[in-house]
Parts: sequence; C-alpha cells; structure tokens
Amino acid sequence: MAIEVRIPTILRDYTGGAKTVEGSGGTLGELVSDLDARHPGIAARIVEEGKLRRFVNVYLNDEDVRFLGGIDTAVSDGDTVTVLPAVAGGRL
Amino acid sequence: MRYDSLLDSLGHTPLVGLPALSPSPEVRLWAKLEDRNPTGSVKDRTAFFMIQRAEKEGLLQPGSTILEPTSGNTGISLAMVAQLRGYRLVCVMPENTSAERTQLLRMWGAEIHYSPAAGGSNEAVRVAKQMAEDNPDWVMLYQYGNAANAQAHYETTGPELLADLPEITHFVAGLGTTGTLMGVGRYLREQRPQVRIVAAEPRYGELVYGLRNLDEGFVPELYDESVLTTRFSVPSDAALKRTRELLTQEGIFAGVSTGGALHAALGEAAKATKAGERADIAIIIADGGWKYLSTGAYEGTLAEAEERLEGQLWA
Repeated sequence: MAIEVRIPTILRDYTGGAKTVEGSGGTLGELVSDLDARHPGIAARIVEEGKLRRFVNVYLNDEDVRFLGGIDTAVSDGDTVTVLPAVAGGRL
Repeated sequence: MRYDSLLDSLGHTPLVGLPALSPSPEVRLWAKLEDRNPTGSVKDRTAFFMIQRAEKEGLLQPGSTILEPTSGNTGISLAMVAQLRGYRLVCVMPENTSAERTQLLRMWGAEIHYSPAAGGSNEAVRVAKQMAEDNPDWVMLYQYGNAANAQAHYETTGPELLADLPEITHFVAGLGTTGTLMGVGRYLREQRPQVRIVAAEPRYGELVYGLRNLDEGFVPELYDESVLTTRFSVPSDAALKRTRELLTQEGIFAGVSTGGALHAALGEAAKATKAGERADIAIIIADGGWKYLSTGAYEGTLAEAEERLEGQLWA
C-alpha cells in the first residue's frame, strides 16, 4: 500500500502525463519530498518556504489540509491526496 | 398538522436516521429532510426570511421588482413567495443549469436572464450586480451577502436540529452562499461549543475549471471561516456515488449536492470511528432529485452518469 496522489493537468509535465502517482511519507511534507525524488521540480510548485503555496489546494481524502495540519498533516498508506489549483488565484 | 397557508408550513422538517449508512451504533448519521419545504428545498427558509426582512425595512411594495443571482433553488423559492405577495422577480442564472429549474421558475412567474456558463454562479453574481446598477429601483436581495439568509438558519434550522438531536456532534452541509453553515453553525456553537461544523464544497471537473476565469474567485460576503471546523472538496464522481447510496441504501431521493454533504459526513464518520469516538452527525438534504432527472444523474452506471454531468453545475 502507498499513498495515492492525484496530479492536476497543470503539473502533469512533471509526472510524464500521469494523472495519479504513488508516494510515501508520514506527513504531507514528507510525501511531497518523496514525490520530488521521482518527479524533480514538482515540490517547488506545491511548497514554498516550508509552507503550502498560496494558490494551491491540497486535500487529504477530500478534506482541505489547511483545516488539518497544513504541510504537517499526518498521512498514511491508503490515503488519497489531491492537489488542485485554487479557484481564487489560478496558476500553481 | 394544520397551517393557515403554505408559507406558514415552512420548516419543522423531519430528521431521519440513516441506519444503513451509519458505520456503527456509536457513530450515527442523521438527515434533515429540507426537501419537505413548500417548494421543495432548504432555500425556502432563506427566501422567506429575506423577503420578510425587506418588507419590514420598507424596501418592497406590491409591484416592486426583485432581482437575484441564483442557480435555481433560491430563485424558485423567491418566485413562489413573490407571486403570492405581488412582486415581480428577475433571476440571473447560469445557462448550464438543469432544464427543470427553468421550467419551475417560469411556472411561478419569474423572468430569467441567463449568464454565460463559463463563469458559473460567480458570473451570475457579476451580471446581477451590473443589472442592479442599471436598474436602481430594483431590489436585489442578494443571498450571498444578506444577513437574513444566515439568520433564517440561526433562528429555525439550528434550533430544530438541536431539539431533535441534543447529542449532535457534527453538522454537515453544502457550501454555496454559506448561509446554512453560518447560521446553523453559529447557533450550534453557542449551544454545543464542541460541535464540528463541516462544509462540503462542490469540486467541478477540469472542464468547468478550465472555462472559469480563475482570477475572479468569489467569496460570499456571508462567509466567515472561523465558524467552520473543516472543509471538504467533493468531486462530482463522489457526489454522484453518495447520491446513489442515499437512494439505494436509505430510500432517500436527493439532489446531487446532498451526495456531496453525505461524502463529507462519511469522511467525518470514518475519522470518529478510527478515533473510537461517539458521533451523531447531521446532514442537510438540500433538495430532492426531481429537478435533476434530466441531467441523467440517476440513470445507468456511475461512469455514464458522471460523463453526462461533466460540465454541468450540480450544486
């Protein structure tokens, strides 16, 4: 089991066009670092100065992580993480 | 039960258990059947309170024109009340909403002005604001910023829920104008400080997002994030799946946005179960499925229904 990560169209250049990729980690931050190891450059589009970028929404099992622990939100195998551009703001 | 008129029968809707969808006797789901309101949706409360307040403030007299941006339910509720009270109603509605909504609005005498599909409800709000400027004698009740919208739920929906479910731990509703969540949320917080107030926001496919002007993100004036405990973003496929589950497992024929609320409620239920905590989770059945039959949401496989719903606004 791993964590499934859904990638928005705008970031699929980093994943070879894949809509979903798998990753691992105990927190969202660790998961993003793990993704970056296989898809170099993707982390910088999601995280900035140790925080989620302003115009990125990240959902853990469809729940907005800003209401959970942000970048420190605990994640575990079997979870689904969705990355989306925020409606208000646009570009990642 | 006997009432003097249809409007007097507003509210006091049943709260029913969802025994098949509840994970355990300790973690229970409840549904407040807001489709049992005069025109069949939770918006009857909003419409009636907004019109009543405008009348009290002397903004409306017989013959007045009311203008409102609405994707359907609020317009339908307003149309019914306006017709009974002798007001003209002009609704601004995105062109990609279901055919039934147009028919219902016209049936109750409303005039419809379509806004481009591309901007969704945001564009309808923008167009309505422009029309209000061009017609200064029209009264825009403006559900997104009218305190009477949230107040309706603070005074009626919230107290009804608490009376029927004093042990309530979670309240879950769709996030649109935010009126239901703000009103019920504030009331329940005062009475039950530990209650979790959970928003279920529709997440449309990239087809809708792609069309949107992303720089024009719109936050309703009523929205106060501090009232919410958490917020779910529910994709169309999940909302559809949950709408079907309500139908097949509990016999409840609800609109697609209610499937979104159920999805968030089940997410909270799973967390409570994992943590070994008791939970009594109430969701709002915002409306019945009747108005969405033409969208194909209830026919064929989920994948087929999802494809048909692509590009349509379901909440």
